[in-house]
Amino acid sequence: MVEIRLRAVSKRFGDTVVLDGIDACFPDRSFVVLVGKSGCGKSTLLRCIAGLEEVTEGGIEFGGRDVTRLAPRDRDVAMVFQSYALYPHMTVRRNLAFGLELRKEKRAVIDARVAEVAKLLEIEHLLDRHPRALSGGQRQRVAMGRAIVRRPAVFMFDEPLSNLDPTLRNTVRVDIRRMHDDLGATTIYVTHDQVEAMTLADVLVVLDRGVVQQIGAPIDVYRNPANRFVAGFVGSPAMNFLDGRVVDSTVELAGGVRVPLPEGTPAVAAGKTVVVGIRPHDVRRDPDGTVAFVVELVETLGSHVHVHGRVGDAVFVAAFEGHTGPKRGETLSLVVDRLHLFDPETGVALR
Amino acid sequence: MTPLRRWLQAFAVHGVLLVGVAFALYPVLWVAALAFSGSNAPEPRVLPWPSEPTLAHLTEVVGATADDGGETIWIFGRQLLNSLVVGAATALVGVLIAIPTAYALARFEFLGKRRGMGVLLATQMFPAVASAIPLYLILESAGLLNTRTGLVLCYASTAVPFAIFQLRAAFEAIPVDLEEAAMVDGATRLGAFVRVVLPVARPAIAVTSLFAFMSAYNEFILAATLLDDSKMFTLPVMLQRFVGEYDARWEAFAAGALVVSLPVMGLFYVAQRHLVEGLASGGVKG
Repeated sequence: MVEIRLRAVSKRFGDTVVLDGIDACFPDRSFVVLVGKSGCGKSTLLRCIAGLEEVTEGGIEFGGRDVTRLAPRDRDVAMVFQSYALYPHMTVRRNLAFGLELRKEKRAVIDARVAEVAKLLEIEHLLDRHPRALSGGQRQRVAMGRAIVRRPAVFMFDEPLSNLDPTLRNTVRVDIRRMHDDLGATTIYVTHDQVEAMTLADVLVVLDRGVVQQIGAPIDVYRNPANRFVAGFVGSPAMNFLDGRVVDSTVELAGGVRVPLPEGTPAVAAGKTVVVGIRPHDVRRDPDGTVAFVVELVETLGSHVHVHGRVGDAVFVAAFEGHTGPKRGETLSLVVDRLHLFDPETGVALR
Repeated sequence: MTPLRRWLQAFAVHGVLLVGVAFALYPVLWVAALAFSGSNAPEPRVLPWPSEPTLAHLTEVVGATADDGGETIWIFGRQLLNSLVVGAATALVGVLIAIPTAYALARFEFLGKRRGMGVLLATQMFPAVASAIPLYLILESAGLLNTRTGLVLCYASTAVPFAIFQLRAAFEAIPVDLEEAAMVDGATRLGAFVRVVLPVARPAIAVTSLFAFMSAYNEFILAATLLDDSKMFTLPVMLQRFVGEYDARWEAFAAGALVVSLPVMGLFYVAQRHLVEGLASGGVKG
């Protein structure tokens, strides 16, 4: 049972604050994804949890055990590095066995485990090769094998798919999730790719500038973003943001267009200036729509189309199902099914 | 491309290469020709070919004996051993000191790191000869004159800075990820260093050792200053004795030069794979 608890974890390099008071609790056997833009501190947080980086303040617990000051080898974790970090002077077999040898396992146990993992990952035929004789995808599998073979309590992945080509990336992503479900360990996964984040996570942690912006199930984060940063970061294409003002049960956009607040939109004091967030998928073409949308560019993706254009002066993107889009220059009437309101100063969602 | 053109191209390429090799080897061939020429032979000419071929000089140099308190000893053997021992010990001591230093410089931040590197670099600017007299006095007071130990200490102190710079570059070229992977896998920092960093840096360490060995094996001035007992001579000092003030025995000198260069050639032959890897290391990862 390894529940991971972070208590006010901070990390500073000199005067630079990389992580600022991070509190979180990740349940046992959950798949946790740390996501954010580059430089947001997600990799540093992972390295702190692994023990490769010392925290400046705060504490880390694994299943109630304080590991804050423990060396990586005493934490019972395994990690898959972005560069894979396979030992170049060892064969695949020795790469896999290395961790077990260090832990003084019996030879027979090591051989059995290596064979088992090699079979699982379908790398049996590569066991006697050196890493330099492997393709990128094969190296990636060996790196995963090296983590799995030790049966650690916590798996860590640091952007493991970023060096693979897109087709392989999708397959391996599914493999990683499947493996997590089979092995029953807690997994912490760092990525800047929000598709990976959404598809893999049980618990999504959105970081920005060393601060947790939101923690939750991916769909909750998607549907109820805590602030403007999360709203803009999660979801593709990104959410549209327009300036507006709440008038009665409508929100008035710049240019005087009024959009009725959909059901379920929180009550906000009338007359308040807000930022209105509308996801591209939350609009519909409807002759009765109040929002005039001038089409400038259409991207066809097969199952749906992304339409870039303008609402008033503001840039706007809409996504429609189907494979035929409107024409350039056309003006569409849109109905907004769901919108989000944010405080223009703090960016916090108004609920 | 037609077969004729291909043939012409190969001919041209090999022609250029042959000229280059001949240019580089000419002095060496000349020495070889001299070594196998008779003592009263006329001066060698343009073509490096021995006149009155003989092995006499070779056997004379290799078979040299000396009187040691009434006992006849094989002095050449002693001197060869001296050179090999001094070279190997210099390489060992120099590289053993340089490895941890270079690793610390490559991986850690500490107070005085940049200044220390500057000082280290500055020591490289002074010729070793400049310190010959002080070294003589120091070794004299330490009772290490005329000993291999004394010589090794002097050589190692000059080999260390160079070795540090070589190895620091090699360690910096090794991704930190590898060490971190080893530490997550269950190694201590030292364990990761011994089991991962050192093996990966092996080519660079081999090259650095070879250079340290050669710098000691070839060194003349310090050895000539610090040694005056022919039993303690290293080979370069022995060689120099063939060319005296009143008498220059160039054929014996040439024969000696050939014999002396054999061990180094052998070492390079054995180490060539590492050499190529080591000299290329740092350029390409993965």
